[in-house]
Amino acid sequence: MNSLVIKNGRVIDPANGVDAVRDVFVVDGRIAAAAAKDATVIDATGKIVTPGLIDMHVHLREPGRSDKETIETGTRCAARGGFASVVCMPNTSPAADNTGTIAFIKQRAAEAASVNVFPTGAITKELKGEELAPIGSLKKAGVVAITDDGRCVQNNELMRRAVEYSKMFDLPVLDHCQDYNLAADGVMNEGHWSAALGLRGWPSVGEDVIVARNILLAEQLDWHIHCQHISSARSAQLIREAKKRGIKISGEACPHHFTLTDACVKTYDTNFKMNPPLRTERDREAILGGLADGTLEIIASDHAPHCTYEKEVEFDVAPFGILGLETELALALELVRNKVIDLRRLVETFTVNPARLLRLKKGTLSVGADADVTIIDLQQGWTYDVTASASKSRNSPFHGWKFHGRAAATIVGGKLVWRENGQG
Amino acid sequence: MTATTWKHKDLLGIQELTADEINHVLDTATAFKEVGERAVKKVPSLRGKTMVNLFIEPSTRTRTSFELAAKRLSADVINIATTASSLVKGETLKDTALNLQALNADIIVIRHSAAGAPHFLSRILKASVINAGDGAHEHPTQALLDAFTIREKKGRIAGLNVTILGDILYSRVARSNIWLLTKLGARVTLAGPSTLVPRVFEEFGCRVTHDIEEAIRDADVINLLRIQHERQRQTMFPSIGEYAAMFGLNKERFARTKPDAMIMHPGPINRGVEIDSEIADCGRSVILEQVTNGLAVRMAVLFLCSGGRISAEGAE
Repeated sequence: MNSLVIKNGRVIDPANGVDAVRDVFVVDGRIAAAAAKDATVIDATGKIVTPGLIDMHVHLREPGRSDKETIETGTRCAARGGFASVVCMPNTSPAADNTGTIAFIKQRAAEAASVNVFPTGAITKELKGEELAPIGSLKKAGVVAITDDGRCVQNNELMRRAVEYSKMFDLPVLDHCQDYNLAADGVMNEGHWSAALGLRGWPSVGEDVIVARNILLAEQLDWHIHCQHISSARSAQLIREAKKRGIKISGEACPHHFTLTDACVKTYDTNFKMNPPLRTERDREAILGGLADGTLEIIASDHAPHCTYEKEVEFDVAPFGILGLETELALALELVRNKVIDLRRLVETFTVNPARLLRLKKGTLSVGADADVTIIDLQQGWTYDVTASASKSRNSPFHGWKFHGRAAATIVGGKLVWRENGQG
Repeated sequence: MTATTWKHKDLLGIQELTADEINHVLDTATAFKEVGERAVKKVPSLRGKTMVNLFIEPSTRTRTSFELAAKRLSADVINIATTASSLVKGETLKDTALNLQALNADIIVIRHSAAGAPHFLSRILKASVINAGDGAHEHPTQALLDAFTIREKKGRIAGLNVTILGDILYSRVARSNIWLLTKLGARVTLAGPSTLVPRVFEEFGCRVTHDIEEAIRDADVINLLRIQHERQRQTMFPSIGEYAAMFGLNKERFARTKPDAMIMHPGPINRGVEIDSEIADCGRSVILEQVTNGLAVRMAVLFLCSGGRISAEGAE
């Protein structure tokens, strides 16, 4: 079933400047100019048709923690959420700091993944922040970027060398921005709620100083540093100013940071514990502002599955992170409903922007491109039931939330990998 | 307020209580204080009930106070301290609690180094959960016994100037006192080094100052807090010596307090650090009376959370 006609949808393809009702043709797994004879017809009347969405920040936990998630289950979540491609983080066990682990991930993806899986490699060996990982070899093995995500290189000289070295291989550097001394043992945002709840604070300035460092390094080395999951108002402002000066810096926003605030922690529910933490309403509004004006040009989930028994513990000792792939698009569509961003901007943040940053031949419906397509139903009301998730884990703060709009179908390489009320 | 309006199975914190509920606990404690002064210090109110002292952080004062309170109410008591507990063998708090429930424990008194641990237990257990101190969050029975002591000595709480001096940031006693005293209409001043008494506490209806002389000058009650070494990051102030010099209640400072200013401390005290040794023992110090009152307050809390009622004849 590799030839399709996706009929009569509103096609939004920012890479080609398209926003019009038209048909999309798929022949032999690629976008085509005309239909094949035996093509299967998918009626997209009243729906939005976009290039297959990309989530450039997920944790698939394989190898090493397949009790939390596997490449198979994680990519099934992606398909359900409308994502045709995911970029997986290197904090696996063993870490993706060697070509063998990258080869393993690619092999497992070829065998079991529902969607495209693009691995990242580690910046440093074992993500320890001490010695550079074999970045050139990782590039040859197929990584699309390097990052120590979950950790942050504290040694500024080492970070400088990582950026300088990666530039030679045309590899962007992604950074989880966290100063360890300032964040220390914090478990939630430092502010009113940490004071009221007696929980240790992780102040936003601990993010800001690393964002500032990255801006200075990106400027000096003229190479791209992408700041992952920006949660702080000041960080968004720093990136905005730096971009105006033409520095190769970018920022990403996660749905939980633009939807929730640190007030959610007041019941000590560990599904509101993530890193960086939920911050204040002022920070949340600044993230929305960053999305609205393009300062934060990418939305990603930071999908971070954890076993129920790991999360059913005291707030202090629970691991950071929540599921994200299945609720991400719906939470982003809320931004459109609330007129924070328009549909075109939403599609850009999930397609052409991450594709451009990571040099993926994705995120477009150009003739000849891989036939990755997402069909979005803006009208459909639905309720998220995490107990029915495709993930192996259940750690979502959005269980029971009512949403408007979701992926009606996800197509990867011309193959239908998800259809709402159908195959999953 | 009538006794029947106490509807809580658990006592997780002061923040969840109304002023009426707080006063009701204090009134109930007055009745129980009298029990402790009798020759036979025991009433049958909780006969047949089992109370577990689950202490996952070291404590002597609070644990023995709860134990004695329960025994005076005729409950059976089990003590589980952190070293004796299976938690060190890797069992989760949830599993430990479910095991206690399987033994039909009626009341679980929990002390834990993690804020919110009692709230977590209350969501999964049918037994009453009493917070005996959770991290830097709350220590509700300490605030209740402090209020009981203030009310007994000063005759009221509303309108008093209460200064809490010391390590506010890491103190559960400070938080529970802040919620309680502001609900009952006292004027609360927090004082100490700026790193331990951040301005954010003004959002809770307190005054924050870093000038100790000014903080104690008009105080009717001065509540001194210990430096919480075990919860503190290393960078908060230069040294214990500097703390004592800048913020300790020494004789010179004490001489400038109001003549009837009452000195409180939740213990354990560090003589010569936050409080001069002689001041701790002076006539205006109520530190040991706080301990006595703690027993009555904890009897009241155990009694009320078990569904007990006070009738005209007293506790039944």
